[in-house]
Amino acid sequence: MQASSVEIRNVSKFYGPFQALRDVNLSIPPGKVTCLIGPSGSGKSTLLRCINFLEDYSAGEIRIDGRMIGYEAPGRRMRGRALREMRRSIGMVFQQFNLWPHMTARENVAEGLIRVRGLSRPDAAGRAADALAKVGLADKMDNHPSRLSGGQQQRVAIARAIAMEPRLMLFDEPTSALDPELVGEVLHVMKALAGEGMTMVVVTHEMGFASHVADQVAFMERGELVGVDTPGRILHQPEDPRIQGFLRTYHERNSF
Amino acid sequence: MFSIPTFLESLVPLFWAARYTLLISVAGIALGLVIGTLVCAARLSPSRALRRAGAVWVSFLRGVPLLVQLLVFYYSLPLFGLDVPAMVAAIVTVGICASAYISEIWRGAINALPRGQAEAAVAIGMTPQDVWRRIILPQAFTLSLPALINELILLVKASSLVSVVGILEITRASQAQAATTFRPLEVYLAAACIYLVINLCLAALGRYLEHRTAV
Repeated sequence: MQASSVEIRNVSKFYGPFQALRDVNLSIPPGKVTCLIGPSGSGKSTLLRCINFLEDYSAGEIRIDGRMIGYEAPGRRMRGRALREMRRSIGMVFQQFNLWPHMTARENVAEGLIRVRGLSRPDAAGRAADALAKVGLADKMDNHPSRLSGGQQQRVAIARAIAMEPRLMLFDEPTSALDPELVGEVLHVMKALAGEGMTMVVVTHEMGFASHVADQVAFMERGELVGVDTPGRILHQPEDPRIQGFLRTYHERNSF
Repeated sequence: MFSIPTFLESLVPLFWAARYTLLISVAGIALGLVIGTLVCAARLSPSRALRRAGAVWVSFLRGVPLLVQLLVFYYSLPLFGLDVPAMVAAIVTVGICASAYISEIWRGAINALPRGQAEAAVAIGMTPQDVWRRIILPQAFTLSLPALINELILLVKASSLVSVVGILEITRASQAQAATTFRPLEVYLAAACIYLVINLCLAALGRYLEHRTAV
C-alpha cells in the first residue's frame, strides 16, 4: 500500500467574522499516525474536514502528495470531478458513524466500490466481505446498522473506508459517541490499520491511544496549532502552559 | 324511520360513482407527485429566484381553499379559449393543489435526514447525482410515506368538492340520489360508508408499505 503525505501550510478559515483556524502549519508524514488533540471548539475537527475539503479553507493551502485539494490555484475552486478523484483515496470515519440505514453492512461497504470505483456487484460484494472480515464483522454482514452496536457500526464505517483502498485515513472523534466498553474494539481496529503503515490523522480525546499509537501529536487551541511533537513530549513533558492546563483538566476528570 | 332497504339500494350507484372519486384522487396525487417534486427541487436549489418562486407557489396554493381554486380554474379556462372537459380540469386542479403539500412533505423528509448521511457519500467520492439517487431519496421516500398516504386520504375526501363542476362522483351522486328518493339520511350515510371503506383500504395499504420499507 502506498501511503500519502499531507502538507498543511498557513491555513486559515473564517465562519463570517469568527476565525476557526489561525494560520495552521502541519506536516503529516506518510505511513505515520498523527493525533489532533485539544479542547472542544479548538478547530481540530474543522482542520480535519479541510483535509478532504468537506470544509473549504479561506487562506493557505493543503497538499496531499504535493497536489493542492479544493483549489486549482489560490482562490480558484477545483471542479467536482477532480475533487472527487482526490477524495477517492482519502477515507473518512465520522463521530456519528454516518452509515446509511437503508442498506445492510455489506451494502454500505459495497456502495462506494460500485458507484465510485466502478466494480461489478459480485466483485464489490466480495471485496466488502473481505473488508468486514478484517474489522471482525464477517458474521454481521447482512445486518442493517440499526441491528448493530455502536462499536460494530463504527467498525463497519471503517470497513467502508478501507474497502476503497485509501492512502490516507481521517478519523473525526471516532470513539466519542461510543459507550465506554465499546471504545476498545474500535481502537483495536485502528491500531491494526496503523500497523499496516496507513497514514492516519485522528482527532481524538483518547489520550491513551494518542500516547501509544501516535507518531506525532498536535495540540490545538482556539483555532491555533500550539505545538506538535512526539506523544512523549506533548503528553508527558509539555512546555506550553496551555497544553499543561488542558492535560491537568483531563487528568482531573479521569481520576476518581 | 330509517329505511334499511333504501340505504342498501343507494350503495350500488354510489359505489359506481366511487370510480370517479378514485380516478380524481389517484390521478391527482400522481400529478401532485410530479409537480411537487419539481417544486421541492426548486425550493432546495441554489438559485434564489427558484427558491422564491417555489415558496410563492406553495403559499398561494396552501392559502386558497381547493373549492375556490377549482372554481377560478374552471371558469377561467374559457377566457383562454380552452374547452377542457370538467374531469381534466378537476384532476389538474387537485394535482396542482396537492403539489404544494407534497413538495413540503418531501422537503421535510429531506431536511430530516442527518447531514452526515450525504457527507459520508461525498467523502468517498460519490457524484451529487448518486448521493441523491442512492442515499437521500430512498430514505426521504421511506420517511415521507406516512405523510403521502395521509395526503392521498385527504384528496379522496377533498375530491367531493369537484361535484361543483358537475362530475358525478360519490358526493354529487348522493345529492342526486337524495333528491329523488327523499331519503337524505340513508343516502348520505351510504356515501359516508363508501368513503370510509376506501380510506380504510388506503390506510391498510399505507401500513403494508411502511412495514415493507421499514429498516
